[in-house]
Amino acid sequence: MAEIPLGLGGDPDVTPELARDHGLVADEYRLIERWLGRRPTFTELGVFSVMWSEHCSYKSSRRHLRMLPSRGAGVATAPGENAGAVAIGDGYLAVFKLESHNHPSYVEPYQGAATGVGGIIRDVLAMGARPVASLNSLRFGVLDDPRMAYLVRGVVGGIGGYGNCVGVPTVGGEVGFDPAYNKNILVNAFCLGLAREGELASAAARVVDAPVIYAGSATGRDGIHGASLLASAEFGAGSESKRPTVQVGDPFAEKLLIEACLEALQTGAVAALQDMGAAGLASSSSEMAGRAGFGVELDLDRVPLREPGLSPYEIVLSESQERMLLVAYPGRESEVLAVFEKWDVSACVVGRITREARWRTRLAGGLVADIPVRALTTDAPSYERPVKPPAAAGAQSPRPKGAQLTSAQPAAAEQPASTRCELTQFAAGSLEPAQPLSRREVSAPLASRRRRPAPTEALRAMLDSPNIASKRWVYRQYDYLVQSNTVLGPGSDAALLRVKGTKRGLALAVDSNPRACALDPYLGAIATVCEAARNVACVGARPLGITDCLNYGNPERPEIMWQFVRGVEGIRDAALALGIPVVSGNVSFYNETEGQAIPPTPTVAIVGGLDDVGKRVSSFFKSPDDVIAFVKSGTLSLAASEYEALFGLGEEHGNGLKLAQIDPELQKTLLEALTQAADRGLLSSAHDVSSGGLATALAEGCFGCEKLLGAEVTIPEFDGLGPERSLFAEGTSLVVLSYAAARRDEVGQIFAHRGLKLEAIGQVSGVPRLKIGSLIDEDCRALLAIYERALPRRLGEGD
Amino acid sequence: MRWGVVTFPGSLDDRDVLYALREVMGQDAVSLWHKDERLYGAECVVLPGGFSYGDYLRCGALARFAPIMNSVARLAAEGGVVLGICNGFQVLCEARLLPGALTRNRSLSFICERVTLRVENASTPLTRLLSPGELIRLPIKHGEGLYVAPEQELRRIEERGQVLLRYVDADGGLSAQANPNGSMNAIAAVANESFNVFGLMPHPEHAVEACLGGTHGLKLFGSLLQGA
Repeated sequence: MAEIPLGLGGDPDVTPELARDHGLVADEYRLIERWLGRRPTFTELGVFSVMWSEHCSYKSSRRHLRMLPSRGAGVATAPGENAGAVAIGDGYLAVFKLESHNHPSYVEPYQGAATGVGGIIRDVLAMGARPVASLNSLRFGVLDDPRMAYLVRGVVGGIGGYGNCVGVPTVGGEVGFDPAYNKNILVNAFCLGLAREGELASAAARVVDAPVIYAGSATGRDGIHGASLLASAEFGAGSESKRPTVQVGDPFAEKLLIEACLEALQTGAVAALQDMGAAGLASSSSEMAGRAGFGVELDLDRVPLREPGLSPYEIVLSESQERMLLVAYPGRESEVLAVFEKWDVSACVVGRITREARWRTRLAGGLVADIPVRALTTDAPSYERPVKPPAAAGAQSPRPKGAQLTSAQPAAAEQPASTRCELTQFAAGSLEPAQPLSRREVSAPLASRRRRPAPTEALRAMLDSPNIASKRWVYRQYDYLVQSNTVLGPGSDAALLRVKGTKRGLALAVDSNPRACALDPYLGAIATVCEAARNVACVGARPLGITDCLNYGNPERPEIMWQFVRGVEGIRDAALALGIPVVSGNVSFYNETEGQAIPPTPTVAIVGGLDDVGKRVSSFFKSPDDVIAFVKSGTLSLAASEYEALFGLGEEHGNGLKLAQIDPELQKTLLEALTQAADRGLLSSAHDVSSGGLATALAEGCFGCEKLLGAEVTIPEFDGLGPERSLFAEGTSLVVLSYAAARRDEVGQIFAHRGLKLEAIGQVSGVPRLKIGSLIDEDCRALLAIYERALPRRLGEGD
Repeated sequence: MRWGVVTFPGSLDDRDVLYALREVMGQDAVSLWHKDERLYGAECVVLPGGFSYGDYLRCGALARFAPIMNSVARLAAEGGVVLGICNGFQVLCEARLLPGALTRNRSLSFICERVTLRVENASTPLTRLLSPGELIRLPIKHGEGLYVAPEQELRRIEERGQVLLRYVDADGGLSAQANPNGSMNAIAAVANESFNVFGLMPHPEHAVEACLGGTHGLKLFGSLLQGA
């Protein structure tokens, strides 16, 4: 049978130029011709272009991601699944993943963010887990720009609009502002699901002749090439014109899809399922078949369409939202279809799994695409991009290498020897010259000669900074209560959920630290992992698993690639030192606009487990006369601090430019001490000191939900910084604790036993005043007003 | 007493109400499906929060046509108890089983937070365990909770004591600031004329366990039990 797929009448001629317009470089196009042994049809070209896009193929990052430790005690999934899973005890698995939706959110903030939430929820659903909580990490530019305020409102509105309606609580997250994101905001969405052990769904279609079922919304022309042209390219002046590549979300449809899929899984008739996300039907069907080493044949006439006349190209590439692809056991498809009918979700059989590992699609009986599955999946190109540290980074060991396309080649059997390719080096010379990262790009414009503010003035400025100020304006728009599990919601160091039917709790934190990563992509990544782990430990939980979203600029630039590799190495080293597996993740490259890259921003989310949710610790002071103490496990510095961003460092910055040092081993003992102290019920509060330093953390400790308290402490001096700077220095090594005076010895012993020193500096006061030595003496009500008004004041909504 | 909790497509807090009733309060509660007219012996039916049919049209405007609503209306007419929470309140207003309507919050944005409520009428089946003027804390989470009614109707429901709960500040006082969504007369909950159909924007089912932030919701569910 030598049936050769044919293009259709209206299809444009496939040429190398057309391939280039699809984001495929010349060598890649030649490789496609070699895989097929002929020129691709227009549909095939489209499929290759999305499947080989950075977004889908991870072609620049794949080889580096392998260095991340993905195995460990309790890990229930292998890399490459839709989300990672770890055992939490009592027969449950926590299933989670973090993913970016940056470019769509910049082009169309409401829908971009909304569909980001929807997509990550479906990834968790695809594992057979009920989605139980969302987090998000948002990085915006400065709020003085009206367009940025519009983006903030749109993104927050979209996250709320989708999350609230789909019934998955948004229980926490982080929001940061920096001019470095003025033209490329970051929207990273996280979802956590719960599943019973042994009941994880598979995304591998391991049954030959099994019917392939399409479920959910009809396919339209929206979002075509979202993955390739939007997510895998830099922004230029005309980014607005890319708005049609953004999809439109329908959370109601997703809610029905969730319930229907979970119920369908209960029938036992489902062999595999997967979200139709980036690259839609093309990627979901080829990946499901590919994971099993099989092929798939799709009948495009059966795909439900929103309007007649969609071409095969459009049908297979559409990124219409709220769609899932299921594979049923042969003969049991009616059981699955009945569940979807109950929920009024349209579903139908659109194809079948084939033993021959080819991706075939037909329209009106005619073959329109016929591609070896592995050309689209495991054997998609992979690049060893050149890596070069920026000039400014000097001493760090460079690893310049020629970029080599090391994609697996078509097997000799499939290809005549004469056409076997000799792929050579990609022309590194055509790349733009290095743009060393200057400090100015990553922090607020500095007035380095500005006078040093008085400590009180500095504290007020900190609390008024959008980076530190209360995020109530944001999370008030999110339903964080639905599903009745939220023990600690937004505003805590980590969110905490209870697990119904058990005593257990799950703590969730997401963090990023772009200023530190800009100074040192390796140490910054370590700091990010440690901070997320510490946030989880502060509520009393033991970190169980990491998911990451690696946001970087254009990987074709060696300096960016260097940042990326150093970032992955940092995450690896921190994960190994802390003993936490990296179970899932996502890479977002091309976060640049007009040649200006964002600072390296690896975002890290950690899920932790608490055996007894009753033993949780929150970040607020609880009782007057409790002792306030800190524990410090590394150095502190003003480098990459909020203080530096607001006031500059002046001439005499001392060790200011050196990033605080972290000893991950010591971090691990800190985590253990914190969880042990919580487990023994010794702590009243635990709060990680991050942006704004100790003074800010103390003020935040007083802002408890019901009753405002005060604190009176002496001034500790850190690392030769002097008293004033010690109040605002940052690092990833400081935790503020409070506990009853009677517990002093017990708490002290837990830390001393591990070589950590607990230093008492004062006590909680029933009078709402914050007194720090002779430097600060402020009414907490006034401080709270600044803290609460900062965002509403800038975003223009009074209530 | 047997409770029934309706699931419309897009209902979200249905599982939470069932959890509160069954697991926390040990009640006999059945799940009712929107396409099925049977109530399976439920004497008190709860219409839960959520976004029925996506609420892309006016909130609750489609759900009122669901087959189950025929039985809910019949139950109400026969004197059975119907409780609408959030989206359920909106559905009951759309079905004309409760007076007034719920429109977009004054801020035009969704609001999720714990609010203080003052008990205005403590002699109804929903509030009999509370005292007049008592302050309770319950969470709200809605985008369209601004209660409106024509002037005359508003006066009538106030006179008849159909207003059950009002949004107030921590000291029990009325103020624009304490009225999160801008409701007329700061109304958070109302009853029908016969005091057997109730609608409230706050979520009692999210205030039944101390570890999740409070237990004042138990007094409302408990009140309904007292009369049974």
